[in-house]
Order: sequence, then structure tokens, then C-alpha cells
Amino acid sequence: MKDMTQTRPLLELKGLEKRFDLDQGVLETVKLRGGKIVREQRSVHAVNNVTLEVDRGEALCVVGESGCGKSTVARLVAGLLTPSAGEIHYDGQRIDDCSRKELLPLRKKMQMIFQNPYASLNPRMTIQQALEEPVHHHNPSMTRAEVHEKVIEVMQSVGVDPLWASRYPHEFSGGQRQRIAIARALTVDPEFIIADEPISALDVSIQAQVLNLMLDAKEDRGLTYLFITHDLSVVEHFGSKVVVLYLGAICEMADTATLFASPKHPYTKALLSAVPQLKDDKPNHIRLKGEIPTPINLPTGCPFHTRCPAANNRCLAEKPRPIQQTDGSTVACHGVEEGRL
Amino acid sequence: MSLLSVRDLTVKFAMRDETVTALNQISFDLAKGERLGIVGESGAGKSITGFSLMNLISRPGFIDQGQILFDGDDVARMSDKELRTMRGNRMAMIFQDPMVTLNPVLTIGQQMVETLRAHRKLSRAEAEQIAIVKLREVYIPSPEERMNQYPHELSGGMRQRIIIAMALLLDPQLIIADEPTTALDVTIQADIMELLLELCQSNKVGLILITHDLGVVSQMTERTLVMYAGRIIEAGKTREIINDPQHPYTQGLINALPQQTLPGHKLKQIPGAMPSLTAIPAGCPFSPRCQYAVDHCRSTLPEVVQYAGVEVACHEVNRLHNDRLEQSA
Repeated sequence: MKDMTQTRPLLELKGLEKRFDLDQGVLETVKLRGGKIVREQRSVHAVNNVTLEVDRGEALCVVGESGCGKSTVARLVAGLLTPSAGEIHYDGQRIDDCSRKELLPLRKKMQMIFQNPYASLNPRMTIQQALEEPVHHHNPSMTRAEVHEKVIEVMQSVGVDPLWASRYPHEFSGGQRQRIAIARALTVDPEFIIADEPISALDVSIQAQVLNLMLDAKEDRGLTYLFITHDLSVVEHFGSKVVVLYLGAICEMADTATLFASPKHPYTKALLSAVPQLKDDKPNHIRLKGEIPTPINLPTGCPFHTRCPAANNRCLAEKPRPIQQTDGSTVACHGVEEGRL
Repeated sequence: MSLLSVRDLTVKFAMRDETVTALNQISFDLAKGERLGIVGESGAGKSITGFSLMNLISRPGFIDQGQILFDGDDVARMSDKELRTMRGNRMAMIFQDPMVTLNPVLTIGQQMVETLRAHRKLSRAEAEQIAIVKLREVYIPSPEERMNQYPHELSGGMRQRIIIAMALLLDPQLIIADEPTTALDVTIQADIMELLLELCQSNKVGLILITHDLGVVSQMTERTLVMYAGRIIEAGKTREIINDPQHPYTQGLINALPQQTLPGHKLKQIPGAMPSLTAIPAGCPFSPRCQYAVDHCRSTLPEVVQYAGVEVACHEVNRLHNDRLEQSA
């Protein structure tokens, strides 16, 4: 049994899909088309057939541009949204069809950090109250003194002076607030953290502070991360594995070092070339034509073919399957499969 | 003669209890067609600098002293009428969020024609022709159709292109772009930046690019100002500043970037945070966060000095430079 837990991935997503219906209710679906009344259901295809695994102790980064479904993946895993199809397994247990009550012990193991810490801290609660609440909720048997001690310990570990415990969120700077939000996630001793753009709203010097804090927490507590971001330099630094999403589908999945050393999917290549570099004077930026199509009417075939410089007829018609490469990365691209790219 | 010459510009905000200084004795020059980057973190005063160049500081803020000489005229002392003919015409501004700049109830065409006809004696048809040419310049596909569309019908990248087209509409001498691509995705950002660079170069337009992203500054600009707590703490050629920064804050800012550390290792962070304008520390404003600060730094404000090809406001710049040389030797 012990061996099982060691080899089994902590989190498994199998064929995960999420659609958001745009037309709520029957009447909205009724439309007039060419003189005929038809029923038509339009939906946003936010996540399409995502299959991935996160091993214990890993930091899996999900990258992509706005609208690619990366936050939806995070929310599905956290149980804030229910998938339209597919399964989510956490530590061997299927969790996407659990009731709220069944999920409660899992919530303690799985915590989420959001982009805007001001929105995740109640403005009318002092930091002390905000930090004590989750401890109390998940450990009803703990005494007040024990809860208090736990909170002080966590505050110290994130570098927030425990003397400030009676202050309100607005009295802190953005970086401090994000550290408090991280502290709040850590108070219940989770093993898995879902972080949705945790440093995107922060200044460069503060980003480094928060990223260091998350790295420390990973080491000290053996945390596993699902890290959602659009910032590739952060991915390279923080992630052990990277998933590149485009229009809700996985383009490429690889170890961080492999992905940055030899990106294979044309979208990954374009994405990497677009990052403004510090030293290099003349960037060889791969220009993509057009912009991301809406996820309401997904293109047929490969979702990227509308912007891909190497798309051919097969790409227009047939959806590429993710195929394992010799270096361990997984790429969903006909061009790579055929050896054209 | 330089196109823009800012001298000892000080901007204050009158708050209920006190008057805070948002910009403190800022001086810099911009040559014709030059591209200048202004970098710093939130609260450094970058956006206030941009606004004051257009004299857009509104109450409770005010320009306390200093000169903003734009092509010989002092923007800080212009009448409202003079400002109206200058803004958008000789100097244009691009903001982060295009939806704030675009009027949601007017079509793209109406807004562009209105701008043109407010400044030039043109017929509607002539103005429309100019607008279409400008839209084509920023690679808007089928510009004739876009003219009849409303802002909400366009994507974020497309809107920002239209904003750039509108900024260029009256052939200004200077464009001030305040975080023009921060709200956009990286692939779109790269496109927009390339476009902006190309247009500034081909039309010989000066550019002031306000951003927090050192990578963007490095690729777009010839000279850079680094701001901290309302002051310019380092200024010089962008290459020099990126490759060999002299001020400890600039060094810290560059070293804090994830790409400056090996993956998985701890980043070199700057402790603390930017001071609030109501509590700017005595002496060098960076001294409480500076690992090299000595007593002198905490009591006396450093003056801007020429050092190693850049202008830098740091007492200890010589000692730090020599220490670095010793270390690398």
C-alpha cells in the first residue's frame, strides 16, 4: 500500500472538459435562422479534453494567454466549478462528483491562492481573524490558544510581523497582503496548493519576495503546486513541469528544462520568442497572424491552425492527438508528428 | 535643441492634512525622435510624470514648480486654449486600457473624424480618408469596415492598435505611452511593441514609454530613467543601465528578475517595499531597503552625479563600483 501512494500521482485529470452555456434557459436558445425557428445552444468551450498528472512534490505550471482556460482548470481542480465531462482524481480518489460534505476533508489538503489578495481577504476582518478562521473551521477540537499559536507561527514563516495581527487588510501593501493570503492557505497545513496568477499583480521586487516565499514553503513543507501563470520567466524559474494551453487544449507538456531548451509546438515557439528579453538587442520574434479565436466557435481541426505559420490541409480538418516525443515531452501537432517541424 | 526639456519639475498633491510631493525636482531632456523609457515600481511617479508632461494633473494635484519646455513652449504655464491645441496634436498619449480612451457609444470612424476635425480644417470625407490610411498603417485588416464598428466589437489587441492609429492621427512630435501593453498577452504585446517602434522610427516621432517591464524598455528605448519615490535615481543609455546599473535600486530591480537566477534557486529579492508618499524617509529614499547604506545615506539626500557614463543619485556609487570591480577580478 505504501508503494502505491509513492508511485501514484497526487492529482490526475482525465479528459477534462468544461463548457459554459451562453444561453441560459429554453427561451434564449430559440432563434430565428433563415425564416425558420431553430433551437441553438451556444457555449464557451473553456477546457477541452485536458489530461495531465501532477506528481507529489512537483510544481506544475500551466501557461497560456488570456482565454486559454488556465484559470478554469484551476477552478475545476479546486472544486469551485464542476466539469462538463472527464474526471479529476486526487490521491487516487475521484473528487469531481463528491458532495460538499465529502469534499471538506480534501479542502484542508488543497488550498488556493488568487491573483488579487484584496479580493480574497475580508476587509472587515482583522488579519488575526482572517487567519484563525480556516484553522478553527478545519480543526474544531483545537483550543483558542493552540489556534493562536498556529497563526503566529505561520505569520512568522511568511515574514509578516505577528504584532500586526490586529490590523485590517487595507493597512497592508499589495505584497504583504499576498503574503497574508499565502499564510491563510498555509495555516491548515495543506499538501497541495493551487495558485492562480499569484504574483501577476505585484511589482518586480515584491514578486521576487513572494516567489521566494512560495519556494521556501515548497521545500519546508513538501508542497505540491499547480501554478497558473502567463509569465514564462516565472515558469522557467518555478516550475518542474510545464503545460502550454491554447484555446482550452494542451499543445505541449514537458519538463521545464526540456521545454525551454527545445520547444516543439509552433505556438510554444512563438510564445517563447515573444517574451521581451533583457540583454538581447535584436529579438527574432516569431510573428503570429491574427489573434486568438473565440472559444465559442472553436476552429475545426487543430485549434491553433488559424494562426499557425505551418498549417496545412490536415491541420484544418483533423484534431492533433498528444504524442509522446523521444525526450519525454508530449506534443499535439501534426507538423511535429510528420517531422515537418 | 531638444524637443522636450523638463527642469526641476515638482508635482504636489494637497491632501486633507498635508501636502505630499509626488514628483520631486525631476529634470530630463528628450531629443527629436528619441525613445525614452521611464521605469519603476508602482508609486514611483512614472505615470504622474507622463500626466504632467501633458499638464493633465488635476486637483488635488498641482505642478508646484519647474518647467516643461516642449519645442520652446512651457506646458506648465499654458492656458487651457493653448493646451487644447497642443494635446493630441503635437503631443499624444496612449494609456494602458484602450476602453478608457475609446468612447463606447461612438464608432471608431466617428471618433477619429472628430479628432481630426477638431484640430484641422477638413471635410468629413477628407478626414475619413486620413483615418483609413492611419488604420492601415497599424495593420488593421479591412479598415473601411472597422470605421463603422464600435469599440466593444474589437479584440483587445485590435483596440490598442486603433489607439496607436489615433495617437498618430495628427502627426504628433511626441507620444507618451503609459504601460501600453500591460493588459495584453505576450504575443500581442510583442506585435504592438514592434508596431510602435516601427512607426516612431519611420515618422521620426519621439516616444516616452512608461513601464514596469525592464525587458520592454531594453528592446524599445535608447535612453532610460529609473524612478523611485518621486525622484529620478538613475538615467542614461538603456544599454548601459541594463548591462551595468550603478544605483543599488536599479541593480536590485534587474537582479530580482527570475531570469537572473538559476531555475529553482532563491531569487535575489529587495527587502521591504516602496515608501508611501506620506512617509518618505530622510536622506536617500532608498536607504531603508539598501544593503549598502551607511549613516550618511540616512541623513543627506544624494545629488545626481555623472558616473561611468550615467547620471546616478547615490552617495556610495564610487565605493560600490570599485567593490564590484574587485569582486569580478
